[in-house]
Formats: sequence, structure tokens, C-alpha cells
Amino acid sequence: MATTDTLRPMGHSEPKDERLARIQKSLRRRRSAETRFRIYGMSAVAIACGFVLFLFASIMHDGLPAFWQPALQVKVTFSPDVVKVAPKPEKAPGQSPAEFQRANLDWQREVTMVNWNRVIQDAVQAAAPDVELAPRDVQAVVSPNQRFKLRDMFVENPGLLGQTVDVSLLASANVDVWLKNNIDHTLGDDRQQLSAAARQLVDRLYENGTIKMVFSTVLFTNADSRGASAEAGLLGAFIGSLYMMIIVIVLAVPIGVASAIYLEEYAPRNKLTDLIEVNINNLAAVPSIVFGLLGAAVFINYFRLPLSAPLAGGLVLTLMTLPTIIIATRNSLKAVSPSIRQAALGLGASKTQMVFHHVLPITYPGIMTATIIGVAQALGETAPLLLIGMNAFVATVPTTPLDQATALPVQIFLWEGNENRNFFEPRTAAAIIILLVVMLLLNAVAIYLRSRFERRQ
Amino acid sequence: MNSIVIILLLLALLSVGYQVGLSRGRTVAATAQRTMHSRPNYHGLMVALWCIVPAAVVLLLWAVFSNDLTTNYILSFIPSDVAGDPNLLREAMRRIEQIAAGFGVIGETQAWEVAAGEGLRQFRSVSFWSVVVLAAVLGIAGLLLMSRRIAPRLRARNEFEVAIRVLLIFCSLIAIMTTVGIVASLFSEAMRFFAFVSPIDFFFGTVWNPGFTTSGGAGTGEYGLLPLLWGTIMISAIAMLVAIPVGLLSAIYLAEYASPRVRTVAKPMIEILAGIPSVIYGVFALVTLGPLLSDIGALVGIQIRATSALTAGIAMGLMIVPFVSSLSDDIITQVPRAMRDGSLGIGATKSETIRKVVLPAALPGIVGAFMLAISKAFGETMIVVLAAGNAPILRFNPFDAASTVTVSIVNQLTGDTNFASPQSLVAFALGLTLFGMTLVLNVIALYVVRKYREQYE
Repeated sequence: MATTDTLRPMGHSEPKDERLARIQKSLRRRRSAETRFRIYGMSAVAIACGFVLFLFASIMHDGLPAFWQPALQVKVTFSPDVVKVAPKPEKAPGQSPAEFQRANLDWQREVTMVNWNRVIQDAVQAAAPDVELAPRDVQAVVSPNQRFKLRDMFVENPGLLGQTVDVSLLASANVDVWLKNNIDHTLGDDRQQLSAAARQLVDRLYENGTIKMVFSTVLFTNADSRGASAEAGLLGAFIGSLYMMIIVIVLAVPIGVASAIYLEEYAPRNKLTDLIEVNINNLAAVPSIVFGLLGAAVFINYFRLPLSAPLAGGLVLTLMTLPTIIIATRNSLKAVSPSIRQAALGLGASKTQMVFHHVLPITYPGIMTATIIGVAQALGETAPLLLIGMNAFVATVPTTPLDQATALPVQIFLWEGNENRNFFEPRTAAAIIILLVVMLLLNAVAIYLRSRFERRQ
Repeated sequence: MNSIVIILLLLALLSVGYQVGLSRGRTVAATAQRTMHSRPNYHGLMVALWCIVPAAVVLLLWAVFSNDLTTNYILSFIPSDVAGDPNLLREAMRRIEQIAAGFGVIGETQAWEVAAGEGLRQFRSVSFWSVVVLAAVLGIAGLLLMSRRIAPRLRARNEFEVAIRVLLIFCSLIAIMTTVGIVASLFSEAMRFFAFVSPIDFFFGTVWNPGFTTSGGAGTGEYGLLPLLWGTIMISAIAMLVAIPVGLLSAIYLAEYASPRVRTVAKPMIEILAGIPSVIYGVFALVTLGPLLSDIGALVGIQIRATSALTAGIAMGLMIVPFVSSLSDDIITQVPRAMRDGSLGIGATKSETIRKVVLPAALPGIVGAFMLAISKAFGETMIVVLAAGNAPILRFNPFDAASTVTVSIVNQLTGDTNFASPQSLVAFALGLTLFGMTLVLNVIALYVVRKYREQYE
């Protein structure tokens, strides 16, 4: 005779109300288990969503202030006492172009030798007449490369000599840190980045409105900079990433779509195609850093492609993105209804005509999505690029895919490792925001294109 | 310049070939007594193909062999005493390159160096132009041959479709070649590493201390894999402890319980996590999560380092959540409706149905998904590079800094191109280990998932 609850014969050994009570108790238990399970699920969703919000909030909180940086709005006087240069050479009649060029270069060199620091100091002095300025403090406050800005202004327009103009000079990174309270103001002098006098000067200039927070355009117009951190920008990294994305799109999309078409439409079911299939699925799951090792050994060491070049990076990313595009394209080919194929074949189209004229056009939205997913993935990839030297410090904007360059995510990694952490931590977060915005735009374009395509059909 | 010439040549061949074929096809069609087998545009495509393939083959061969040929040519200039010594030879080659490129070189130039530089320059331009001319001649020969063949009977469409198929097969072989390239490059470089360090010391060593690359310091340092392997496993385990419950439970909740409104908000939100580049998680872990965990640890009296296995593991786990949840979602929705209905019909609650019917039925697939997630965790690089603290020491405290296989690959290879020392070659041995581990996990997981899918189809 069974003794478990469920198999107990009904009505004999147990009065009715007792049985009811037992069932109700068990129901209560089961219902509370149900509620508990539901709460577990809800809290898992809440954790995941909460983390997304927390992540974005913390990046925004850190990064948004970095889009504004302090600049000194000063009146710069190109006083003839300091800017002691001969007038800009005019092209004399009978002078050969080469000679004129040389004279011009000599003049520019002379302009560069002008004591621009002195010009800046005078301008700052004019803004804070009652402070006794030391040259060292002024140089600590104004970003070092700003003197070239004055030089370029003068080379452009030598008529400025003796005139006074309004100029916005970027303040140095340390001023940015000080004004944004990213360093503890109560720390002792020996642990501050600015000297006591320079700090006083900054506070004074900030109070009288000389130093203003301006939108940081250098972030978008400059390449990385080591000497003048305040002027470090993302343009170089952005162009590097752009070249790599172009290479990925030009190579990975046609090759990926072609192999998806072959595997899905042509390939006979045999050992070889099975192998290719397993292989592609496995490649999609190979760690990205292994592709970096492949790139270092094959592209750099064997084919001798230049180190740190977007060409090598683009090729590595192409190989990495290929499986993603193949798998996604195959899925959208699979989703095409067989009736379309049969109709095309029935009307006498050859297999190739059927595929390229009838099946493939239907999958364009799917291929587009696959491309965007692949490109976005490649855009955010960092590890393989480190192995082919794309973490080099590059202070110029690359002009060809063979020039040294870096990439947006690598630039984030590099800035995160910068010694001036008080300044570069917000900048890193700003760079992250820019990277995320680029990815968001990519996805928006994908959604827009897909909806247009779908409407047309 | 050179590449532009080549691209222009190929484009010219392509368009001329197509036009010639097209117009010839039309003329033949107009004068023929019977209907044409193929339409004129297929004749055009066929001629273009015959035009461009021979030219492309010649250019490809030149691209592959030109470096070796050039080297052999220079060698004929170099005296035997220099050619016998690899170091002197490399130096001489570099100097000759510079002379040929028109740059100055440091120090006295030997007569043979100047001659070789001059010869190299001539050889380069002569060989380039002769290759271009050869390619053009072959292209035109192909054009003539093919356009003669155009006749009503010619099956131009079928021939073109065969060419298309060959191209598609070639594209799908690229995925195979990538895998072969990965295995071959990792193996060959790892073998060179094992010439310095015995595999037993590598795989079973407990000390990781590779030292620095010095000119004569081959064989110095200790290369024990175990501390790195342990770090990888520990961090991945922490990541799984986060990712599996959160990912699985949120997948279940969203699939079975959530109202459509919650689902449309929460699902894309969790998927956003999958699109965020890992370097951003790394920065987040380093800047926000690490200090937070450290503070929490201080509250409860545990000493947690800001950069520790725990920090990296949690960040990695959150990154993998969408991966686990979307894979689980796929697998859970594949469990047949009838099984669910049967269970609900005999009075089981929703959570009982999920726990006792759906999950056991989906178990193989879910295990496969977990294995893919583990393989992803093994290969993750940027999070651990930034947030794990880089301490390759065999210790079991997750609150302390750790290091992983991927971190060491980055540390050993970054920016290094001279693959001669064990310090940089070890990266390939590590890469091989990583590739092997993830390969086994992926292949088993993919097999299991596939089998599971077939079971319910």
C-alpha cells in the first residue's frame, strides 16, 4: 500500500475537512513558490535594466562636463616691442618663385621665434592688472600649444602688428581639473598640480570672467596630444576607425554575402560543407584576441604590412566580422519563402538568376542589419588592435590607410591609462559618449534603411 | 601611384571588355539565322571576365613574388663578405632601400651601395611597368579570343554562371583559410617558443615571471601557465555566477510572465548591453565598480582591492547577461507548446511547469548556451586588462588582483614585432592554449545546441 500523500486512498483514512486543509496548505505553498519565482525573475530583469541605467548614468555624469573646458577670453596685443619681425616679404618683380618661397619660410621661422609666451603674459596681465605675474604661472595656466595659435594668426594676417584683438586661449589641463573640482582643493601645495600662485591666478581670472567654460571643439578637431593635454582630441582616432570600417565594409560584406549564398543555395550536403559550417560557427566564437595574434603573425610579420596602420587593423577586423555577416545573411536567406524560388525556376530562370534576381533582393534588409551589427562590433573591438601596434601614440590625423593611426576604442584605452588621471578620466568618459553616439547613429541608419526597404516591397 | 595605375588598368579592361562583348553579341544576334542561346549582356560579362582574369592573375603573382625577386636582385650587388653575415646584410638592405628611395643615409656610402640603390630603383620601375604592360597584353588577348567565340550557339550564360559559382566557393573557403591561418600561425610561433622553454615547464609551471626582452637574455624568466589559467578560470567563474542567474531568470520572466509593455521596454534594454564595446565595461569597472566594491567591502569588513578578480568578474558577468538571456530565450521558446499545455492542463502552476517541464526539456540547449558563454568569458580581454589588477600569482582570493591568459598575451606582445625572444613568442603559446580551450567548448556546445534543435524539429 502506498503511503505517500498523493496516493493515499481518498475518504477512508482521512476526514474531509482535514483533506481540504491539507490541499489548501499545499496550494498556499505552491502559490507562494509561484510568487517567489516571479519575484526572482522580476529582480533579474530589474538588475539587468538597472545596470544599464546605472552604466549610462555614470558615463554621462563623468563625461558630459568634459565637453566644456576653460578658456581665457583675453585681449591680445601684438605689440611691436615684443613681436619684433621684419614685414612679411612681398613678391618682388624678377624674383623666382623658389626664392620667394624661401624668403617666406625664413620670415615664418622668424615669426615662430617671437617670444609668444611674453605676448600671452601681457594679455593675461591686462586681464588681471592687480596680480603680480610670474612667467611660470602664466605658462602653467595657458595650454602650451596656444602660442602657435597666436603665431598662426599673425602669419595669416601680419597687419595685426600693433593691434589688439579678442582671442580665446585654451587653459591648460591642470586648470580644467582645478576649476571642475576634480582635485581636492584642500590638499597641500606639494600634492597640487598647480602652484599656489597659479591657483590664485586661476581663481582670480575665473571670478572676473576672463576664464569661461567654452564648448570643447578641440575634442573633435584635434588628434591626440601629449605635450598639451587640454588640446588632445579624437579626430585622429576617429579617422583611423573610419578607414578600418570602410575596409571592413568593402571586404567583409561582399565576401560574407557570397559565402552565405554559396552555403545556403548551392552547396551540396556533404562532409566538406558540414566542415565549413562548423568552422564558421566556431570562428564566430573564437576570442577576438586570437584574431589579433593572427594579424600580428601573418599581416605584420609575414606580409610586412606597416605597424599601427588602419590597413592591417581593417583586415584583422574583416576576418573577425566575416562569420557574423555569413551567419546573419544565411538566416535571412533561410527565411525567404520557397515559393519564390519555385516560381522563378518554374518560369525558366537558371539557378543563378533565381538567386541573384529574386531571392537576394528580398534579403537586402537582413543583409543590411547583419552589416551594421558586424560593423558596430568591429568598431568597438580593442584587443586585437593592441597586438598590431594600434596603441601607439599618434599625434597626427592619418591621411591614408597606411599611415600610423589609432582607433576610437583604443584611444579610450590609452586615455584611461594617462598619468594625468584627474583630467583624462572625464575625457575618457567623453570619448566613450562619442563612441556610443557613433554606434547609436549606425544603428539608427540601419533601422531607417530597413524600414524604407520594407516599405518598398 | 602604383596602386592607382593598377586599379585604372583593371577598370579599363573591365569596361572595354564588357562593351566589346555586348556590342559583338548584339551584332551577332541581329545577323544570326537562329535565336541566340544567351542574351548579349552575358556575352559582355563573359568577355569582361576573360579580360580581367588573366591580367589579375599576373598582377597577383607579381604581388606575391616581387619582394623575393627584388631581394635576389639586390643580393647580386652585395659583396659576399657582407651577404654572409645576417646582421650586416639586414643593415645593408636597409641602407640600399633608403638610397633607392632618395633619402640620405648616415655615414659613408660604399660604391656598391650606391650602385645597388640605383639598380634597385631601375629594377623597380622596369619590373612594375613590364608587369603592367604584360597584364594589359594578356587582358587584350583574352578579349580577342573570347569575342571571336561569340556565336548563337555559345552558352555564355552557363559559362558565366560557372564562373560565379567558382567565385562563391572561393569566398566561402576564406572562412576555412582563416581557421587554417590561425592554427598554423599559432602553432609555428608556439613551436619556436617551445624551443626556448619546454612544454612541461610551460603547461605545469606555477610561476609566471617572463622578465624583460633583452638583447641576449634568451631563456631568462619563468613561463608557468597555471597562475594565468587559474586567474582565467576564477574570473570566468565569477562572471558565470552573475550572468547565469540574471540572464536565465530574466529570459524566463520576459518570455513567460512579463506583460507586452514590460517586454517591449526591457528586452531591447538588455540587448543594448550586448552592443556596448568591452573596453567601456573595462573603464566602468575600473572607475566606478571597483571603488564601489572596495567601499562595500570596507563596510562589511572584507578587504577588497579596487582592481581585483571580483571587479573584473562582475563586470564581465554583466556583459555576458544579454548573451545568456538571448540564447536561453531561443532555446526555451523551442520547447513544444504541447509539453507546456500538458503540464498546465493537469494543474501545475506556471513556475512548476517551467521548472519541472520546460527547463529539463531545454536543459541540453541551455548547457550548450552556458558553454558558449564560458568560452566568451575565457576570451574576454579588455575588461581584465583594465580591471583585474594584472597580478599573475597563483592565489585563491577573489578579492585580490589576478591576471589571465588574455592579459598576458596583450602584455607580452603589445607593440613588439621582433618575434625572436621567448618573451614575445610566449604570447602565441598562450594564444594556442586559449584557442584550444575555446575550440573544445565551442565545438561541444555547438554540437549540443544543434542536436537539441533537431530533437524538437
